[in-house]
Amino acid sequence: MEHTAKNPSQIKGWGVDADPKNDPTYPMKLRNDGEHAGYSWERPPQQPISVEVLHSNERPDLTSVFGTSTPPSGASGAIRRIAFRYSESSYGHWLPLMLADRVSVVEGVLDDLEQGHVPNIFAERGWKAEWKHERTSLLRRILVRAVLVSAAVAYFSSRRAH
Amino acid sequence: MLAMNYRGPHRVRVDHKPTPEILHPQDAIVRVTRSCICGSDLHLYNGSVPDTRVGMTFGHEFTGVVEEVGEGVEKLDLGDHVLVPFNIACGMCVFCQQGLYGNCHESNPQATAVGGIFGYSHTAGGYDGGQAEYVRVPYADVSPTLIPESMDPDDAVLLTDVVPTGYQAAEMGGIQPGDTVVVFGAGPVGIMAARCAWLFGAGRVIVIDCVDYRLEFARDYAPCEAYDFRSIEDPVVFIKHTTDSLGADVCIDAVGAEAAGSALQTVLGRKLLMQGGAATALHWAINSVKKGGIVSIVGVYGPVGTHVPIGNVVNKGITIRANQASVKRLLPRLIEHVQNGVLDPKVLITHRVPLEDVSDAYRIFSAKLDGCIKPVLLPPSART
Repeated sequence: MEHTAKNPSQIKGWGVDADPKNDPTYPMKLRNDGEHAGYSWERPPQQPISVEVLHSNERPDLTSVFGTSTPPSGASGAIRRIAFRYSESSYGHWLPLMLADRVSVVEGVLDDLEQGHVPNIFAERGWKAEWKHERTSLLRRILVRAVLVSAAVAYFSSRRAH
Repeated sequence: MLAMNYRGPHRVRVDHKPTPEILHPQDAIVRVTRSCICGSDLHLYNGSVPDTRVGMTFGHEFTGVVEEVGEGVEKLDLGDHVLVPFNIACGMCVFCQQGLYGNCHESNPQATAVGGIFGYSHTAGGYDGGQAEYVRVPYADVSPTLIPESMDPDDAVLLTDVVPTGYQAAEMGGIQPGDTVVVFGAGPVGIMAARCAWLFGAGRVIVIDCVDYRLEFARDYAPCEAYDFRSIEDPVVFIKHTTDSLGADVCIDAVGAEAAGSALQTVLGRKLLMQGGAATALHWAINSVKKGGIVSIVGVYGPVGTHVPIGNVVNKGITIRANQASVKRLLPRLIEHVQNGVLDPKVLITHRVPLEDVSDAYRIFSAKLDGCIKPVLLPPSART
């Protein structure tokens, strides 16, 4: 894209009120105006691309290094690939990613079962610690959930009976 | 190796995973000696950060011993005990060159708005983190810092995030001598922000939260005034009353997305996930600061729109300053403060938990059980 004003110093009044002290980013940012040259720095060597890595459509390519944890796979992976067609500024990006996260929880349980491992949900949720330190609150929560589930089961059973 | 394994919201466990390998010439492999659970890990734990994949290992606050280095690493030797800042920074891009090590442009392909962070979802680069026996550390010559021999390892691990984030929260407040500073949140970062506000010359420091034991801790440690917002009718009115009706000079949001205190924000931001978190603390900060005042944000929010009174920001002429802490930039000064006894971060650590009990550690920290301020995980090799 072409800039409209190629040489702004020719514009009448250019820079007359410039004040280098007017910089709210100090001391976080050591201003050097390097970004005026664009994406021009010498980039570190590229990490070999050994797994599928999705990248934001707001950048031209992968960064020089990246994480290789849990590449996209299965149904959640397919949803993530769709999400990355949209920019970080769009709900079209973030909402599918949240959906994919929930789908991957189900995939995780199925993976566990496939490997002969039945996940111990109570241990994973740290209920042992809660039993030790806040037993009453844990029991109350279990009771409330048991009542809600029983009520729901009773309601749907009675509807089916009718 | 043993590593924490995320299985879905509120579900984590320890599993055996492959030991990480060198994938880039500037990588190092570090054997973890300490790894903390951070308040911002709870956003992942609660399932509120997009692209948090099942199977990932969290942990961005850790120290460790260098076990292996890539061919391009020159500054680290095998056996070095290092503290590893939570930001992954290349040191070469324009942002790193400007000291913005938390905003590196060469460490996170998945998002341009945030640099790479260890163990913090694919939205922050997809790196496995330090709640494990070993971690891959990219750009090992840039941020990892040798732990001085005289330094307590518990102090060192808190220099990876808690201390610099708390310090930068105060720094971004532009605190002038005599200023009244209000910190929303009495978690480890809020407590540290309150402590650091004095270093910049604050005249009065007030902490607002709703967890009594943490307020008590802040009162002693910072030291500062500390109030439970449940016992004051409206925290904004309370701050106005106590500042001659003008408002505080500086307000710091050290809570972020998991804030309590507003039913509307809680439902929209934490239950329905329809915004980037419950912005209750930020809302109070904007409304409690004086006209022309400064709001400093270090609380973490999600990437989507979030309900805040932006009209008041304009009408009051508020300056908002925010960022992920630039740990590398701040380390020399903060190491000095710890070594001179100006700051004593290790006191924040209340729980030492074997890595194998990570599920319990998350529960204790998340539910604020047993007077927990800061839990540290110890892998088996660090316990012998």
